[in-house]
Amino acid sequence: MYLFDNFWMHFVVFTAIIIVFVFGMAMGFIYIERRGIGRFQIRQGPNRTGPLGLLQPVADAVKVLLKEDLIPAKGDKFIFWLAPIITFVPVFMIFAVVPFQRGALLADLNIGILYVVAVSSVVSVGVFMAGWSSNNKYALVGAMRDVAQLISYEIPIVLSIVGVVLIAGSLSMVRIVEAQTVPFILLQPLGFLIFFLGSLAEVNRTPFDLVEADSEIVAGYNIEYSGMKFAMFFLAEYCETLALSAIIAIIYLGGWNGPWLPPFLWFLAKVFFVFFLIIWIRSTIPRLRIDQVMAFAWKFLLPMALINLVITGIQVLFWQDVLPWPLIFLNVAIMIVLILLWSRMFKLGGGRVEV
Amino acid sequence: MPIKTEPFIINMGPQHPSTHGVFRMRVTLDGEVVTDIEPVIGYLHRGIEKLAEGRTYKQDIPLCDRLDYVCSMTNDLAYCMTVEKLAGVLVPERAEYIRVIMAELQRIVNHLIAVGAFINDLGAFVTPFMYMFREREKIVDLFEMVSGQRLLYNYMRFGGVSHDLPEEFLPALKKFIDKMPGFIEEYDQLLAENEIVLARAKGVGILSRDLALDISASGPVLRASGVDWDIRKADPYSIYDSFAFDIPTGNAGDSYDRYWVRMQEIRQSVRIIKQAIKQVPAGKVCTPVPLRLRPPAGEAYARIESPKGELGFYLVSDNSPKPYRFHIRAPSLINLTALRDMIVGWKLADAIIIFGSIDVTMAEVDR
Repeated sequence: MYLFDNFWMHFVVFTAIIIVFVFGMAMGFIYIERRGIGRFQIRQGPNRTGPLGLLQPVADAVKVLLKEDLIPAKGDKFIFWLAPIITFVPVFMIFAVVPFQRGALLADLNIGILYVVAVSSVVSVGVFMAGWSSNNKYALVGAMRDVAQLISYEIPIVLSIVGVVLIAGSLSMVRIVEAQTVPFILLQPLGFLIFFLGSLAEVNRTPFDLVEADSEIVAGYNIEYSGMKFAMFFLAEYCETLALSAIIAIIYLGGWNGPWLPPFLWFLAKVFFVFFLIIWIRSTIPRLRIDQVMAFAWKFLLPMALINLVITGIQVLFWQDVLPWPLIFLNVAIMIVLILLWSRMFKLGGGRVEV
Repeated sequence: MPIKTEPFIINMGPQHPSTHGVFRMRVTLDGEVVTDIEPVIGYLHRGIEKLAEGRTYKQDIPLCDRLDYVCSMTNDLAYCMTVEKLAGVLVPERAEYIRVIMAELQRIVNHLIAVGAFINDLGAFVTPFMYMFREREKIVDLFEMVSGQRLLYNYMRFGGVSHDLPEEFLPALKKFIDKMPGFIEEYDQLLAENEIVLARAKGVGILSRDLALDISASGPVLRASGVDWDIRKADPYSIYDSFAFDIPTGNAGDSYDRYWVRMQEIRQSVRIIKQAIKQVPAGKVCTPVPLRLRPPAGEAYARIESPKGELGFYLVSDNSPKPYRFHIRAPSLINLTALRDMIVGWKLADAIIIFGSIDVTMAEVDR
């Protein structure tokens, strides 16, 4: 199973690989996001630092590191110092169970996907600590929104993952990839949609980026942070998006599976594809309001996830040996019908409140 | 033991990304719901009305540029019309046409910025703003052709305009105007039916017809509330009565209608410019007026339909080269007066977009 026979050897090598991979990819993501959004907005994007602006993430990093480290006078200094770490570490921990290719992962936990869900929730604790300790009202509003969002969206996310787990018959990330003779996005189109939208909300990406909503609460929870501490939040955010892209690539897009190219490249290509989708959404659509975000989770995603779970259960129980193709068409049809029907039945959020 | 609570007061502005300058709102929140709001203005007060009284009439034109820097052309137009009324100066026909073309181009520029900023407030990460600026840039190029300036044009003069149109202007304008409807279609495709825009803006921040009339709102804010009032039709000035155009009105008076009315007005402006290009006569562009103009003692008020609403200047002359009294009826300030009634009861995020949908320039509010 392990690449090296010696456990400690394996541990050291893969920890190093994960750190290099995550930092490298985060840098790459920052570059792609800035250039990509530039193209979406019919402008050039950063192109002065290095060839094609490739050194822009480095320039950003140096700039951020040289900034003065400010601490609010009336803030809670210890918590203020602790918050970036608590946000940053869990994001890294997610990658422990991410298989880059067959056998290439730090720890093949038999509860892999459950571990991911559990660890990624801890990020919100850090965010709330940051918002609380900053002694800033914008930060507090942002932090409150983050917690509300996390609690609401965790449920549909987990329920949609259960569909995948039912088909694969295992919680282990490696087993889930191995079980995908066809990518699960085809067998679980509705589940994919729920997971994707829910995760967007959890990593605070548009249209659910209420936590940092720059046009309303300026930067949300990290408004008082500067210098290295801000860099930690910034990196954590990108690493979280990277983790989300990686997990979608693994549980819905078939992980390292694919013809011709080496498996690791397939995995990378899928991660970049998902990330591109995310920045595409970010540069295209406006933000929802808080009550609309909540209504979307409880009135749309949650019932959909439950229905998806029931349908998947029935299919796994009775049609285990049916060829995948009829099921794919059936499931896509079910998804379209359900979304069309359900979206007419509920109203997004409330209107004016009498005060 | 009862828990001690106190109202959560957020101070939005004067430095805030979405207050379009230096507006400040003291917002009292109950959770996310705005229970009270107190607008604070005056951070950009430059005393323009008093400054103007210390300068000659002609020196006041550049001051008017700086009133609402998004639409200098219409500011100058309103001021020059007031002085012409005061001094009895006549304007040649060619100059009238040039003025109408400039005013309508300025309306397009203002509405593009207003809609772009509004969608930006909705949270679309500056993409619509950039698209709007693509067209604004082309119009600003046209303005640069005639006036040499890109923001504060200083182009209008008493009795006409400062320079005749350069030769290449009309062909360039025609080329742009022919393409503009395509761009408007593009915006509509991206925004008008966008589910999130509809969810966020429809029904939000309703300004009722009665309230709009009570506060004497004007411009797109008034028309979105369903009042068919446009000074270009109701009290035609310049040569607007020789053009065919419609006045788009909304009916709900919500943020979406204000956005929608602006998009329709861009279409109507394109229509007016198309007619004007065909009819521009040859001739002089300015009636000679003495440099130190001494209008006869008296007073005058002239108003135009500026992109933001009714912009009027009230001047009192004591037969000296300087105005005795210089007053500005600024649409931004008056449209802003219903802000509290529109926002209270909505969420914090709505407060931003309701303010954005009114479309104010703080330079004009504070003066």
